[in-house]
Amino acid sequence: MLLQDADARADAHDPRRLLMERSVAGRTAVTLPASDVPAQPLPDAALLRDDLELPEVTEGEVVRYFTRLSQLNFSVDTNFYPLGSCTMKYNPKLNEAMAALPGFANLHPGQPESQAQGALELMHGLQAYLCEITGMSAAGLTPLAGAHGELTGILMIKACLESRGEGARRKILIPDTAHGTNPASAAMGGFDVVSVPSDANGNIDLEAVRREADETLAGVMFTQPTTLGLFDVNAAEMCRIAHEAGGLVYADGANMNALLGRVKLGALGFDVVHLNLHKTFTTPHGGGGPGAGPVCANDTLAPFLPAPVVERRGDAYALADPPQTIGRVGGWQGNFGVLARAYTYIRLMGAEGLRAAADNAVLNANYLRARLRDLFVLEPDRGVMHEVVFSARKRRGARAIDVSKRLLDYGFHAPTMYFPLVVAEALMIEPTETESKETLDAFVEAMERIDAEAAQDEHFLHGAPYHTPVSRLDEAAAARRPELRWRPAAST
Amino acid sequence: MEAPDDRKYSKEHEWVVLHDDGTALVGISDFAQNQLGDVVFVELPKVGAALAQFDQMGEIESVKAVSDLYTPVGGEVVEVNADVVNKPETVNEDPYGKGWLIKVRMDNAAELDNLMDAAQYAALTA
Repeated sequence: MLLQDADARADAHDPRRLLMERSVAGRTAVTLPASDVPAQPLPDAALLRDDLELPEVTEGEVVRYFTRLSQLNFSVDTNFYPLGSCTMKYNPKLNEAMAALPGFANLHPGQPESQAQGALELMHGLQAYLCEITGMSAAGLTPLAGAHGELTGILMIKACLESRGEGARRKILIPDTAHGTNPASAAMGGFDVVSVPSDANGNIDLEAVRREADETLAGVMFTQPTTLGLFDVNAAEMCRIAHEAGGLVYADGANMNALLGRVKLGALGFDVVHLNLHKTFTTPHGGGGPGAGPVCANDTLAPFLPAPVVERRGDAYALADPPQTIGRVGGWQGNFGVLARAYTYIRLMGAEGLRAAADNAVLNANYLRARLRDLFVLEPDRGVMHEVVFSARKRRGARAIDVSKRLLDYGFHAPTMYFPLVVAEALMIEPTETESKETLDAFVEAMERIDAEAAQDEHFLHGAPYHTPVSRLDEAAAARRPELRWRPAAST
Repeated sequence: MEAPDDRKYSKEHEWVVLHDDGTALVGISDFAQNQLGDVVFVELPKVGAALAQFDQMGEIESVKAVSDLYTPVGGEVVEVNADVVNKPETVNEDPYGKGWLIKVRMDNAAELDNLMDAAQYAALTA
């Protein structure tokens, strides 16, 4: 009897118990005042369902439930988060304070421009900063995410080709290391995707580009640095070949954190680039957004930028449509709150600060590369930029997923796994510049201990994690037989 | 990794076995299913589709990644294995048997000469 009580008490605090399972008939979180208007019959009672239960819980129970869930959340504010390609760096709290200024936070997007001059000035300033950083001529801030920026850039390339009477060009080249969103964006833009291999050093294979650079070439989508964390030394020559064939070149700026203040993508020959403000420019991400994927273009593609952009007219700022704009890609002026945070970060850091951020991001990645290179396989084995990709090709029965799961037990977020696809058992580690040497050393030590654990018992890691609220989840069953709805337990 | 010697193999890790009636059964190798990990989704061509040798014929998704499937031989698709579509784990459990993917009426039996035998394939995946 006592044991059962103990079980019941443990149950009450189990965060896996859903609100519906905490429901007790008659409990309520709010007390509504007595109605002082006559009851109205519903227009069509037949439309009402009575099988949609709502949880009956007190306000205190709701608060405890969600507070507990928030404590289980793994975030960059609580732990090291080396999730490769995601640039999970610290987001300064000053960003939040600036975005919450009443003049910004309470602004309606439809407010007359004369009453929103401060917000427009901020957007105008951000456009200029992003152009300076990328070496481009003009920027559009409205795309709402990275992949959205990709699609926007692709549609600009399409509109430019059509304006030249070359709409028949359909081929977009994409390296085999690209983010999966690149081929998806190109296909969504109506293009045919041709995959281009990397050479032995991890650069794009220029011979393959030359073979494909013909009169059907619309362009190339290219990530610099690549998803292998490598600065592709063939990029400028690749741009030249593509331009000579009449194509345009799109740069995926997802990895811009490595290049801030050091490399201008426009100077390498790229025509259009998107930036992930939620990666490089410290706006919150995780949980799916909101993000922002502004697009910067050179003189060739600037006329096609999405509307609206902010222009300065005398002493005032105004929204304007670029001359050959592809039109709107989202509502209003984009995710303004995200833009305000990114602008704050750029002003906070200054040009020297941004350059130092990139330098330290590269330094930290190379530090981990040097310290972990004996535990894992490095291909190709050369200096990296902002992230390092190891192969956990099993020497002892432990795979990338096992190492990643065990890292959770040591209090670290797992690296990105199984990407890029060209590396077997890939572990993609991006420490970012905001981590101290002590944190990096603790991470290395955890990796060494995990390696020792695998050496001692090759099955041990297969059960990890052991100290998280739930242990190894059956991902295959979740994908094969997803249960996405709560249903009452069958009464027995 | 197991590779039975009654069939031929492609570089893309598909196997094919030719039957006396001119149809050929196609699947993925034990090495391939092991590398993929737990298969959660299989997309196959429609019956009646005409495929050329090494054409993309579908997709296979595991908990790790989505990969393209390529047919090791050309011809008309005469049957697809509904069991692997409904129960993708069959590919992991029995890649050379119940986990077969499609049956093709081959146009040209000489295409088998472009493939590896079991020993060559075993050497590739060693």
